[in-house]
Amino acid sequence: MLLLFEQLLNGLQLGVMLFLLAAGLTLVLGIMNLVNLAHGSLYMVGAFIAATVARLSGSFLLGLIVALPATALVGMLVEVIALRRLYDRDHLDQVLATFGLILFFNELTRIIWGPRALFLDVPSWLSGTVEVIPGAPYPAYRLAIIVVGIGAALFLYLLSTRSRLGMLIRAGASNREMVSALGINIRLLYTLVFGIGAMLAALAGVMAGPIYAVEVGMGEGILILTFVVIVIGGIGSTRGALVGAILVGLVDTLGRAFLPTLFKLFMAPAMADGVGASLASMAIYILMAGVLIWRPQGLFPPHG
Amino acid sequence: MTRMGIGKGVLLGLLVLALGLAPLASAAGLDYFVGIATRILIFGLAALSLNLILGFGGMVSFGHAAFFGTGAYVVGILSHHATLGEPLITWPVTIGGTESALIAWPLAMLVSALLALVIGLLSLRTSGLYFIMITLAFAQMLYFFAVSLEAYGGDDGLSLWSRSSLGPLDLSDDTQFYYLVLALVLLFLYLKHRLVNARFGVALQGMRDNERRMAAIGFPILRYKLAAFVIAGAVAGLAGALIANQTEFVSPAFLDWPRSGEFLVIVILGGMGTLHGPLIGALAFLLLEEFLSDWTEHWMIVLGPLLVLVVLFARQGLWGLMAGTNRDEGAGTRA
Repeated sequence: MLLLFEQLLNGLQLGVMLFLLAAGLTLVLGIMNLVNLAHGSLYMVGAFIAATVARLSGSFLLGLIVALPATALVGMLVEVIALRRLYDRDHLDQVLATFGLILFFNELTRIIWGPRALFLDVPSWLSGTVEVIPGAPYPAYRLAIIVVGIGAALFLYLLSTRSRLGMLIRAGASNREMVSALGINIRLLYTLVFGIGAMLAALAGVMAGPIYAVEVGMGEGILILTFVVIVIGGIGSTRGALVGAILVGLVDTLGRAFLPTLFKLFMAPAMADGVGASLASMAIYILMAGVLIWRPQGLFPPHG
Repeated sequence: MTRMGIGKGVLLGLLVLALGLAPLASAAGLDYFVGIATRILIFGLAALSLNLILGFGGMVSFGHAAFFGTGAYVVGILSHHATLGEPLITWPVTIGGTESALIAWPLAMLVSALLALVIGLLSLRTSGLYFIMITLAFAQMLYFFAVSLEAYGGDDGLSLWSRSSLGPLDLSDDTQFYYLVLALVLLFLYLKHRLVNARFGVALQGMRDNERRMAAIGFPILRYKLAAFVIAGAVAGLAGALIANQTEFVSPAFLDWPRSGEFLVIVILGGMGTLHGPLIGALAFLLLEEFLSDWTEHWMIVLGPLLVLVVLFARQGLWGLMAGTNRDEGAGTRA
């Protein structure tokens, strides 16, 4: 029971991280209609910058504070130099060009930081455990990720519904020409949106740092998970991204934790481990296939 | 000479070069080049199969490596069991491994085709962006499945003891293997030429250009697209069977998503929706890779931006540049 509770929290924590990435990706998709495979690269860049700053200064928080705007800047640069030219192209062109960007970023990272993985330590003030329910100590750092993720979701919600910027973004998504005719610099607006997406990706990357390794190629695995999230949630829907992310986080974590044990009930242990493990690694894709059979446009299809 | 003429001339020259490659290479003391040429042809075959659905069918599949890798694994697993002398399954019937190409290669195509049938049936319910992401996700699912196959090397992959056996041919001889691959590629090129000009191919291109109208005329859209998807999967499976033979090694990397990206790049580089384009693309891409990796270990830092530039400024591909066809008549996708 306690194990189940712990795994539920782990699933929630993965879900929250996936949401941070999915929110940025789906924002760019829904508003600029751009598929950005290089979103995972921004996640990687954020983690690398934070790890470097944290090692030099000894402060995790400083690493985070530097990494967020720095990655946003990198993202906006990429948008201005390359991606801006791709908004009118079809999705295939966008996939190929951003695939090229992934190769570039991976290799650049390898040149600057070398092939070995970096380590980002959990800050000392978050290294303890918290008893969320009595008798079940849970790492404070992972709990902090959940809190930060929920905070980011709240921030995004307020930004898009309560602020002038959010209003412009929503208006730009539904009618680009009209917004631009009203005197709004839509190109600048798009660049800003891209920067916000990049910052969210960096936030996910920095927080992932102490849990997973900070290494070249770390962005791709999670990028594909993020795609699964977006397909499940519905392209362009932030609400869908949230629900999809939590769903994928829970299914993946619980599957890995319990499927092998479940199969041991009616199989030889060695075989159960094998079958359970391979089924667990495929669980989210099976979930996705199921959702698509039921609702080809995802759980929350954006209207219009 | 018209631009179309230039394209034809280049093709004819390449064909002559391909046919005479082995003696030429050994005369020049460049025997290793036969291996590179074989690899180019195998990737070309996979790209040709992708082009059937991408260029002619307008389906942007980002998971083509799934079928390529599956074909490779079928050959690898059968050969593994044949070497160990252990049966593949014992229930309900005993089936042993084999090294015979006449059994293993068609089986590789069959398994890939069945897989394409299932993936296609699920993915083709969607279109556009969803289709891109779903094919990618299914391919990743198979990748993780291959990683979890501990009995067949898991993450590290599986080494083969020998290449497949095929009648009187000795496939472990690089030259004989090369000519076999060349013959298969030319055969598929001919079949594809017949296919895209047949009623089936024309209808497929019609669906690419205007699906709604084709449906209104009464064509069963899903069935046509699925058939093309399955054919492409089967041929990619054959290409996988060939690459497993060439490298005498299979690993999950054959199924990993950068491979799917490479296939897309090869098709676009050569010219999407053209008959010969993907072969030219494979030639250019693999030679570029060979050349750049000789020059610097960080060759991808050049390749990445180069890709972006090709997408931005040379959309019609190399074949389009040579033959002067522009992409509007040659191809177009509505992703």
